[in-house]
Parts: sequence; C-alpha cells; structure tokens
Amino acid sequence: MNPLLSIDDLTVEYDVGGKTLSAVAGVSLTVGKGETLGLVGESGCGKSTLGRAVLQLRKPTGGTVTFDGTELTTLGSEAMRLMRRRLQLIFQDPIASLNPRRCIGDIIAEPLVIAGVADKAERDRRVREVMVAVGLDPDNALGRLPHEFSGGQCQRICIARALILEPELVICDEPVSALDVSIRAQILNLLEEMKRRYGLTLLFIAHDLAVVKAVSDRIAVMYLGKLAEIGPTERLFAQPAHPYTALLLEAIPVPDPTVRPAANVAVGEPPSPLAPPSGCRFRTRCPRADAKCAAEVPQLREIGGGQFAACHHPLSA
Amino acid sequence: MNDTPLLSIEGVSVSLPTPRGTLRAVDGVDLALPAGRTLGVVGESGCGKTMLSRAILQLLPKRAALRGRVMFDGRDLAALPREELRRLRGPELAVVFQDPMTSLNPVLTIGTQIVETLQAHLGLDTAKATQRATELLAEVGIPAPAQRLRQYPHQLSGGMRQRVAIAIALSCEPRLLIADEPTTALDVTVQAQILDLLAREQQRRHMAMILITHDLGVVAGRTDEVAVMYAGRVVERAPTPRLFKHMRMPYTEALLAAIPKLDSAPHTPLPAIGGRPPDPTRPLPGCSFAPRCKYADAVCEHTKPALDDPEGAGALFACWHPLT
Repeated sequence: MNPLLSIDDLTVEYDVGGKTLSAVAGVSLTVGKGETLGLVGESGCGKSTLGRAVLQLRKPTGGTVTFDGTELTTLGSEAMRLMRRRLQLIFQDPIASLNPRRCIGDIIAEPLVIAGVADKAERDRRVREVMVAVGLDPDNALGRLPHEFSGGQCQRICIARALILEPELVICDEPVSALDVSIRAQILNLLEEMKRRYGLTLLFIAHDLAVVKAVSDRIAVMYLGKLAEIGPTERLFAQPAHPYTALLLEAIPVPDPTVRPAANVAVGEPPSPLAPPSGCRFRTRCPRADAKCAAEVPQLREIGGGQFAACHHPLSA
Repeated sequence: MNDTPLLSIEGVSVSLPTPRGTLRAVDGVDLALPAGRTLGVVGESGCGKTMLSRAILQLLPKRAALRGRVMFDGRDLAALPREELRRLRGPELAVVFQDPMTSLNPVLTIGTQIVETLQAHLGLDTAKATQRATELLAEVGIPAPAQRLRQYPHQLSGGMRQRVAIAIALSCEPRLLIADEPTTALDVTVQAQILDLLAREQQRRHMAMILITHDLGVVAGRTDEVAVMYAGRVVERAPTPRLFKHMRMPYTEALLAAIPKLDSAPHTPLPAIGGRPPDPTRPLPGCSFAPRCKYADAVCEHTKPALDDPEGAGALFACWHPLT
C-alpha cells in the first residue's frame, strides 16, 4: 500500500521558560491511503502536537511530513493554504470549535467560501448534502446557532464542516472524548460511515484504547514524545510487545464484575517531558528495565507481522 | 445487609429555576447505603447524579429546591442547622470531586490545606497536625511526603493532586465518602491507581462510599451495589454482580452495549442509542427513556413505571417491559 501520509523523524519542540520541551521527539510513521491509523497515549505524550504538526499548524522543528508526494514542512504559505483543502481536522470540544454567533449553515459553508466557490446556490446544495450525510436535518438546522445543539449534534456539525471540501486525510483529535457513552457510539459509527462514503484516510488520535480499537486498522502508541509501538490493531491487542502498551491495556476498566481489576498494574506517573529519562523514556515505570534501558535509546524494531516496538526487552507472545 | 443503613435517601427531588422553566434535576430518588458498603451511581451527563450527591452533602446551589429526606445516621441532613452540618463535614461526610485543581486552593501549600482541616475538625495542635498530614500523604501513596507538604497544587501532577484531595477527604476518618467522577480527569494508568487507592482505604477504614461515574467499567469491579440513573431518576438498582449478569432495564443494557469492547474486532459497528435524553425542563408523562427505547409502546409513553422489585430478589427496575 502506498502511503498517503509519511512522517519521517518528526520533531516538535516548544520553548518553555527558556527550557526546550520535545513534545514530539523523532517520530516516523506512515498512513496508507484509505487506512485508519489510531494514535494513542496519555496526556502530554505528544499525540495532539503530532496531529497539528502534520497540518503545519505547529511548525515542526525537524523531520519531514510528506502528503501524497508533497513535502509539507518546506511548503510556502499559499501552497499550504491550498493543500489544507485536502487535509482537515476535527477537534475534541465540538462546542468550543464552532463560532457561537454564526448560524450552522454559514459555519458549514465557510470552507467553500474560503476555497472560492462563488456560486451561492452551489454552496447551499453542497451544505445540504453534507448535512444529510452526517445526520442533520438542513431545513431545521441551517439557520440555528451552535448553542441550540447538544454536544453530539455539534460534533456532527464539525464533521460536516470538515468533510464539505471532500478532503483526503482527516485528523480526528479526541473526537468523542467530550461526549457521553450513548452519543459516542453514534459519532464513532458516523465517522466509519463517512470514511467509506468519502473514501477518507483517518489519523484518529485518542487516549481511550477501546475507542481507538473500534475504528483503527493499525495503532501507534506514543509515550513522552516517542513511538513505543506500532502495529496492526488485532495483533497489537492480542500480543502487545512494548511493556507500556501492555500496561495501558491492563489499566482499562472492564465493564464486567467477574473480571477483577488487575491490582497495582501501574507504577508511578509519566515523568516531566522537560526532563525525560535517559535511554528508554518508559524505563522509570517499566518492570523489565535494566542498565541497558538507561544507557541506550531503543530503536523501533519489527517483532513480526508488521508490528514494531521500541524496546530492549519486548514481551514475547 | 444491615437493617439500619448509615445513609438513607427518601423521595429526594431537586429542582432548579431556569429561564426556560423549572428543571427537575433529581426526581424522587430513594437509596440506602449501609456502613462499610460501596454504592456506584452511574449515568450520563445531566442524569442528576452530581445533583444527587450535592443533595446528600447539602451543597446544592442556593436557588435549588430540595424535597424529601436525607437521613444520615438517624438525622435528616436537610433539616440540620448550618453549624451542625459544618461539624458533620469532615468527620462524618467527605467528598472527592472530579477536578482536583479546582477543589484545592491554588495559593495555599498542600500542607496548609491538610493541617487546616485537621485543626478545624479534630482540634490537633500544629505539630501533631503536621505529623498526621505527613502520614496521610504517605498513606495515599505520595512519595517524599514531608517535602510535598511545602508544595503548591500547581507543582503536582493531576494524579498527585487527586491523591492530596483524597488525603484531605480521609483526614478526619469520615464514615461516608462521596467520590464524584474522581478519575474522569485522569489518564487511564493513573485512574487505575486512584481507584485502587479508594478501594483500599474504603476497606481499611470500613467507610461507606458512593462512587459516582459515567463509566460502567469503573463500577463493575469496585462496588457492592449499582444504581443507574436516567433523567433524574434511578431506573435500575441491584447488587453489582447481579446487575451485570442480568440487566432488566433496556437503558442499562443499551448503555453497556454502546461501550466499545476490547474483545470485538475493529470496524464492528457499535449498537448506539439513537436520540438523546429528554429536556429536563420538559418532563415526559411516561418513561423518560421511552422515546429512545426499542421496546417502548403506548403504556411506556403515558405512564411512568415505578422502581420496584417485583421478584423480591433485591434487583429493582423501573420498566414496563423488563428484559428477561
């Protein structure tokens, strides 16, 4: 499969009070055309920064981002503006990402206006079409304001706005974590349906492994700015190779009282990204860590079957 | 189960005036909790679970109207004078909120906040209170507790802040602890640690605990009984193993089904619940879940089902067409 998106040795650094914070510290990955890559990790692991760096909303400090053969990090601002029609982003908080003073019809039509679709009738037709696709009733919703809608409805509006230019790649940054369980399922199903209908490629960023599993073909696990593991979804869940992936899987509360919660699975908390541990960044919480883990940064190596882990002592199947 | 529960909520309703009319946040809830037991209260945003906890703690907004009785150890908290309530909070009733950053005072050190609590409620002198504060931080798993006492909340991670909030809540040995979404703001690995900590301390101190959450996964392994709330009412209540083994209320079943499962294959469509909860300012005459329920008929639309235990098995549900 030819990658639509290819990220190579991507680094994003922030200046925090004179210190350098490497939010993304040398990540390489690819997303194939039509594929959904799930990107998981805890707060501060750099997953959102990575999503923004792909869209050049946050300029990478180093490395390259190649989309459909075009290198984005060196692209001029006008060329990037045109490129953004093919790349869209859906955010976590659907209410905060809609302008509260504009009606739904205008919000969804905005990308068309920016893209220079001058014909009002054409814009209206496309707005109605995408609204129906995401399950909104245009006759009822077009003239209303965002506050008249629930969180789930607002996320549908955001999805409609992201899809109206028929992009190729959509980056979903925690698209369901602000939603209730019953609404979450509706939106996840909608994203799957939209992916089929519009032939989308998705980079799906979330902290919830079960949510990511429901939609992803492959999953990448990040820890403190680095890729810990990446591989096909089923394989990664059945036999995680990186101890951090195993820890994340064990920590999920299972809605079944006959499954006793694993006791004391997690040790400590992620260290500050301002002062990451030497060698393997996970070693301070890892039960398998030894001297080598402190001395050498583990490289991503293939475990088998397209599964790669950055670990000196990967878990065997 | 004990005959005289530590906490007994009888016909509690909470209404709030809004520009759109009266909002019925909690609608006729009865619950009982014996000493040393754990009750999970599960529901989605706006189901009234937080308002219910505030009704128990008597921390409702000023304009809220409370009806019914909140009996705690033989006293009706709703009828107690403020001064007596104040004395109960801490040694009898304590609470842990969702966001530790907003429940801790940002301009006071951790130490000051714990010591203050100990002095106010237990009358310890500063030296004894400081000593006890150090012990408490150690008990909730905070490394280097003596140094931590001198730090401010912003210098701690979210998980550490929540541990401090738990230490403060436990400091006066409460008999009832209410934990309102205590791990929702935390990462999954830290969530597991905090839930373990709460369970350990609950058992060790033989406290009664109410664990309020939107996550059925959180209550499954860590409560004795579960109450499921929808649109201000308890719609199902049963001992935890029984509830998960045999759900009777279609809402509970739908809620569980809508959670993505770790053991289902990728791209499996989720059985989503269509629609959304009813407008709390426009209560429905019948079952509140009826408009979203696949089993609903005319009876459900017109007559509200009572929360009953028709089989006498300790499993209550409010449904005209319970699952078999």
